[in-house]
Amino acid sequence: MNTPDIPASSNAITLTNGSGAASILAAGVGSFALAVLACVGDKAAAVENKLIFYKPTGPLSGVTTSAILIWLLTWGILEWRWRKRTVAAGRVSAIALALLGLSLLMTFPPVVDLF
Amino acid sequence: MEITARSLWTLVHGMGFGALYLLACSGALMELYRFTTSSPSVESTTGQERFFKVYLLAMVVLAWAAVLTGAYVIYPWYRAASSPATTDVSMFPQRLLMSSPTTSGWHSFGMEWKEHVAWFAPISITMVTFVFIRYGRGLKNYRKLRTAVLSFAVASFVTAGIAGFFGAMINKYAPVRGGHTIQLSQGEKK
Repeated sequence: MNTPDIPASSNAITLTNGSGAASILAAGVGSFALAVLACVGDKAAAVENKLIFYKPTGPLSGVTTSAILIWLLTWGILEWRWRKRTVAAGRVSAIALALLGLSLLMTFPPVVDLF
Repeated sequence: MEITARSLWTLVHGMGFGALYLLACSGALMELYRFTTSSPSVESTTGQERFFKVYLLAMVVLAWAAVLTGAYVIYPWYRAASSPATTDVSMFPQRLLMSSPTTSGWHSFGMEWKEHVAWFAPISITMVTFVFIRYGRGLKNYRKLRTAVLSFAVASFVTAGIAGFFGAMINKYAPVRGGHTIQLSQGEKK
């Protein structure tokens, strides 16, 4: 699973998988950040108040804006580090999908209520 | 025939951006699968690939437009607080839903889920689009990336579907009302 994802076809254009892996992992990180912020904001009044960036929208404005910034920042850093590299795409994809799965769980209200 | 400004915005958000995005998802999933798994004998042309890249970019615009109008235009009207003295809460959808045990779940479960899960759709489809633009048809040669991209595309569709379903149901039980009235056409006199 942690072997580099190299092109299967012999005549494929030799693009490294780093850029794709960076964007996939960043999407997982961004989704997870959103879920964590939503969960924490829902449980801690002090955090909830800090997440009100735009009053009419309430804490949702801070949750989503912060998560988007974390996503884009992560993407930018990973793209810069991995763009020209071949990385263990299997492991990266598994982590990204696990983060996405956790994010879906952590935004499901009955699960949020367990915390 | 007339419509209020808030209802029009709700239509633009749900039926315009949201429903169009959901419609586009089915085509995108099929094309992504075809482009990234097809055998060389059914190779797609460069023109088809270019068209699909534009199609995905349009989906990115639709997804972001849907969540941004939802969060910053309609949601403030939905969650607006009524004064304690207000007895008629029909203009305050969240309060209206919470006023009855038969409808409170549409807020405490439906809206609480929708307002967060909807954001996974634009994040996922933006990534899918970026990867497809970067690798194009060559993505089929990167099996592990391809699996992740297809999974995120499915997640984008599912989360947009959840948001769309609850958006439609919440608007059915507690529609966002108000704003100035827009006259669409003049009815015939009986």
